[in-house]
Amino acid sequence: MSAVLAAILPVLAAVVLMLVNGVVLIYMLRKVLGHLHLRYGPLNVGPKGIVQTTADVLKLLSKEDVTPTGVDRWMYRLAPAVVFIPSLMAYAAIPFSENLRITALETGLLFTFAVLSLVALGIIMAGWGSANKWSLIGSMRAAAQTIAYEVPLLLSVLPVVMVVGSLDLAEIVQAQSGTWFGVIPKWFVFAQFPAFLIFLVAALAELNQTPFDMSEAESELVAGFATEYSSMKFGMLFLAEFSNSFIMSAIAVSVFFGGWSLPWVPDSVIAPIAPVIFVLKTYVVIFFLMWIRGTFPRVRIDQLMTLGWKWLIPISLGWIMLTGLVLKLGELGGAS
Amino acid sequence: MAETVNGIAFAILAGAAILGAVGMLTTRNVIHAAFWLLESMIAVGGLYLLLQAEYLAVVHVLVYAGAVSVLMLFVIMLTLRRREDSVRPVEVSVAGAVMAFVFGGVVFAAIAAYGDRVAEMPETAPDTAALGELLFTRWALPFEVASLVLLIALVAAVWWSREDKR
Repeated sequence: MSAVLAAILPVLAAVVLMLVNGVVLIYMLRKVLGHLHLRYGPLNVGPKGIVQTTADVLKLLSKEDVTPTGVDRWMYRLAPAVVFIPSLMAYAAIPFSENLRITALETGLLFTFAVLSLVALGIIMAGWGSANKWSLIGSMRAAAQTIAYEVPLLLSVLPVVMVVGSLDLAEIVQAQSGTWFGVIPKWFVFAQFPAFLIFLVAALAELNQTPFDMSEAESELVAGFATEYSSMKFGMLFLAEFSNSFIMSAIAVSVFFGGWSLPWVPDSVIAPIAPVIFVLKTYVVIFFLMWIRGTFPRVRIDQLMTLGWKWLIPISLGWIMLTGLVLKLGELGGAS
Repeated sequence: MAETVNGIAFAILAGAAILGAVGMLTTRNVIHAAFWLLESMIAVGGLYLLLQAEYLAVVHVLVYAGAVSVLMLFVIMLTLRRREDSVRPVEVSVAGAVMAFVFGGVVFAAIAAYGDRVAEMPETAPDTAALGELLFTRWALPFEVASLVLLIALVAAVWWSREDKR
């Protein structure tokens, strides 16, 4: 029994984290975007509008679940689950601390990207199933974008994998402990800055976030692939979207910002609060993504494709070659 | 205990893979067929995972489920003029049937002739680094040939799509 329980508990913990993250992010999104736009965001329900989110969740749960008549029934019903499940699976490999993670995967980094790439299929399913032009156009845009930017996204983390020699996220984090000259932390964001820039742009596109949010451009497509969904089906689509931005930020923290470790602080001090540090760092990255969201205008679809295929992929390939060269030269230098 | 769990997981995954294949062949809606194929691919990825081939499973899901089926759906949706076109009538083709029989016969003959020559399974599956090293040393030539074949397909596709403009 305890073995079964031990297997189920982490999954439940991931579900709870996903739900809480959704609620936190809705509030955060409104407040951060509000202040960036020089307005207040929610104010009246509770102190600083905190209870507004709870009220919204209750509203979402109590709404009528409308199914339009023309839809492809199975597709329409399955789509929210197909979007939601990969998003939940992606928590499996996230290393919250040295010991606290759902499962230790040798290919953790690749697993997370593989699972997140399935979200695009759920989006196409929703777009097709809804039998709505806006939904279909939105989902096609999302799919084209995801396919195009998966390549630079994977290529951008490859140099880090080459340096560490492992796809295990925990090992990547451990390789970043310590400092150079006692001052600069050994985070890959410094040594691999071009890779980080490519990762950032590709991640934004992969998440369908502004400036790459053509898939649900409100002014053109109502709500993109989610147009025909209501009640908790819409809630699931939305929750998955927030959860994906948490996961992408967690990957950024593990690969480029030293994961649960802090520079200048010995590991023994960090150990008890490591997961807290990890989650706080993740929210800092999410804040940064929201900052971009509140600042930049939306790009056009042809600009997006040009940027992806003609700039990001060649640059990341060049950076991989350079990293390989430096690694090999270092190896030869160390051997002689 | 572990044997039973593996057995149950295998039954579910193998069943899902076969169900996906049957569903793909029997449905008359091309979009549904693409999604059935996807389901089958994910189930096969799960089977790799049962064999402890973690890297292979992850790459299989990433490439086939995450990219190839999205492209396939994309192409299908771009070629459909109207939504109703996605439902196709059953077309009986003699050439297709002959090809299916020949292919089935070759596969059956191959299994009958060489089916008992099963390679010995190692105790543990090689990890990612070992796999990469094998791929770039012992299997470097087949690896490069495979990439060349893909390149030829790519060039051919570009040439084909440009033909009518000349």
